[in-house]
Amino acid sequence: MISQLIFAVIFILAIALFTYNIRKIVRNIKLGRPLKRSDRPKERLKTMLRVAFGQSKMTKRPVAFVLHLFVYLGFVIINIEMLEIVIDGLAGTHRVFAGLGILYNFLIACFEWLALGVLVGCAIFLIRRNIIHVKRFFGVEMTKWPRTDANLILIAEILLMIAFLSMNAADFKMQSLNQETVIGSFPISQWLVNLLPADLDALHIIERCCWWFHIVGVLAFLNYLPYSKHLHIIFAFPNTYFSNLHPKGQFSNMESVQHEVKAMLDPSYTPPSTDQPVRFGVKDIQDLTWKNLLDAYTCTECGRCTSVCPANITGKLLSPRKIMMDTRDRTAEIGKNIDHNGNFSDDGKALLDDYISREEIWACTTCNACVEACPVNINPLEIIVNLRQYAIMEESQAPSSINAMFGNIENNGAPWKYAQADRANWREVN
Amino acid sequence: MSDEKIIQVPTMAEMLAKGEIPEILFWVGCAGSFDERAQRITRDICKILSHVGLKFAILGTEEGCTGDPAKRAGNEFLFQMQAMMNIELLNGYEVKKIVTACPHCFNTIKNEYPLLGGQYEVIHHSQLLQQLIDEGKLKASGGESFKGKRITYHDPCYLGRSNNVYEAPRKTLEALDAQLVEMKRCRSNGLCCGAGGAQMFKEPEPGKKDINIERIDEALKTEPEVIAAACPFCMTMLRDGVKNYNKEEEVQVLDIAEITARANGL
Ligand code: SF4
Ligand code: SF4
Repeated sequence: MISQLIFAVIFILAIALFTYNIRKIVRNIKLGRPLKRSDRPKERLKTMLRVAFGQSKMTKRPVAFVLHLFVYLGFVIINIEMLEIVIDGLAGTHRVFAGLGILYNFLIACFEWLALGVLVGCAIFLIRRNIIHVKRFFGVEMTKWPRTDANLILIAEILLMIAFLSMNAADFKMQSLNQETVIGSFPISQWLVNLLPADLDALHIIERCCWWFHIVGVLAFLNYLPYSKHLHIIFAFPNTYFSNLHPKGQFSNMESVQHEVKAMLDPSYTPPSTDQPVRFGVKDIQDLTWKNLLDAYTCTECGRCTSVCPANITGKLLSPRKIMMDTRDRTAEIGKNIDHNGNFSDDGKALLDDYISREEIWACTTCNACVEACPVNINPLEIIVNLRQYAIMEESQAPSSINAMFGNIENNGAPWKYAQADRANWREVN
Repeated sequence: MSDEKIIQVPTMAEMLAKGEIPEILFWVGCAGSFDERAQRITRDICKILSHVGLKFAILGTEEGCTGDPAKRAGNEFLFQMQAMMNIELLNGYEVKKIVTACPHCFNTIKNEYPLLGGQYEVIHHSQLLQQLIDEGKLKASGGESFKGKRITYHDPCYLGRSNNVYEAPRKTLEALDAQLVEMKRCRSNGLCCGAGGAQMFKEPEPGKKDINIERIDEALKTEPEVIAAACPFCMTMLRDGVKNYNKEEEVQVLDIAEITARANGL
């Protein structure tokens, strides 16, 4: 009874803390500007099922795909096992679903295989990151914390799986020693049985310890998510649902500019009045859309974007992954500022310059390789172009050659210095 | 390879004056109008259009930059000024269908002009070529033979990833019976030539290499006789890359329109 109570308290606290932190993140995401992304629900659902649930964009890198699939399936399906653990914990039962009989045995066997898959997957991931040093996991933005974060997650998952398998092994051994008909099927943990003592009391203690370690570990892990890139296991779903469904080449239209340009071309046109002063382009988080911020919180820091970025490949400072990490860091910083002051109080910093430098944004060729590569449909390019818009339209700060190009378009209708009148001269020479 | 000095290409204004309406407007683009190398592509496209008997016209001196480089560089004002002037012009001529030889013009007119009131059916010249080949109007005969030649095709970002046009340009090359060799990074994984996003007009940021050199390194690994392009900006970047290795003699950089024109003896 007492253990049930303790379990209930831990469980409720964990869920409450998690909800509290997630709501903060949601509030942070809502600091972004509005953007309509709820049209075409069927297509959105399909995109989500294909990209997030079906992992369709992962297949481009087969090794990572298979390993990730182990871990992902393990995560999704072991949740069913978690359900039993939670009910057992609250009700004081033991293996409450055991009544399912053969189906139960089948399920437990599946979980064991999946647990092994997760174990192997995470172990190889650790090796790739720390021993083989796969290039993608390094780079200027991969400072100590992001790398520690990744390792912590992998180690935690390994420990959780070991606890799960040891728990099953102890349970299995107890059942066998008691000469009961065995409930459950233990294709993996049966190999551990010989490592365990043959004493019933000791077995019982081991089983309980593993049970507690497993469930408390999972709850702790859950509460670690809001601080980690691992948040993608949740956010990948909404993020792909709200994907951009337009062709990648279509950059969003700035309506505020449209009104001004219309008024310039047609003096009789009166633009609709707006209360807010309009800022052109993006200087800080609040100028981005909520989808940009959701993108930032969804980023897995996998570096697929950076590894295909032509600028990055050729040694330039730009790394689309860094753009996303900076955006997330700045959003979190502003969130903290709000927590502290009740409202955002100017801290003299901004996303542009304090996080992302001009050199980075001007190195982009807007090729969309990063957008194509991202397994969870994140768009770093949009942020880059929006920062450029601020530099150009609010500050008139561009590389001088870019200004020359603008001047040519304005005066000659072409980015080069040629006369409009010569436009069709190609017809006359051969 | 005709020797007439002047290609008969009417403008919309000229056609209108004669009370005629073309089937399709050929949007030449800034590079196609002014860049010497790209002008050759422009002329080849006109030859092809005339050869198959398509009634077409250009805007001539009325055409203005679509605003693509301005938009990618973040100058939405300038972009919209250009776009709205062009849209007014196109709508004035009641243009329905447009073909362009530049993926940047193609993308902008196709995807961004509709948001500003310009709705047209826009195709890239590779799509038109594919269509003409499918209809049997272009046969890849009577001209230079590309049979068995090693050709590698460079996907322009604004045609491929931006608009999912991957097959049409390849079809035009397959029609030649040539040996199409793909680079490691192709189709949706293709590597940018380095010119997009207004990079064409500025010096690259410091790094260890220029992007077009990285791309040419990869292209040369396929040991091509021809590197096929489908974008005037890519053309410039790829040619500079080939020049960088002094390989102009061995490796030609040609637009798919030029290849098609040559193969058909135009
Ligand atoms: S769009 Fe820009 S940031 Fe993204 S891959 Fe291309 S050059 Fe890099
Ligand atoms: S933006 Fe996407 S591809 Fe890039 S690191 Fe984040 S999750 Fe990976």
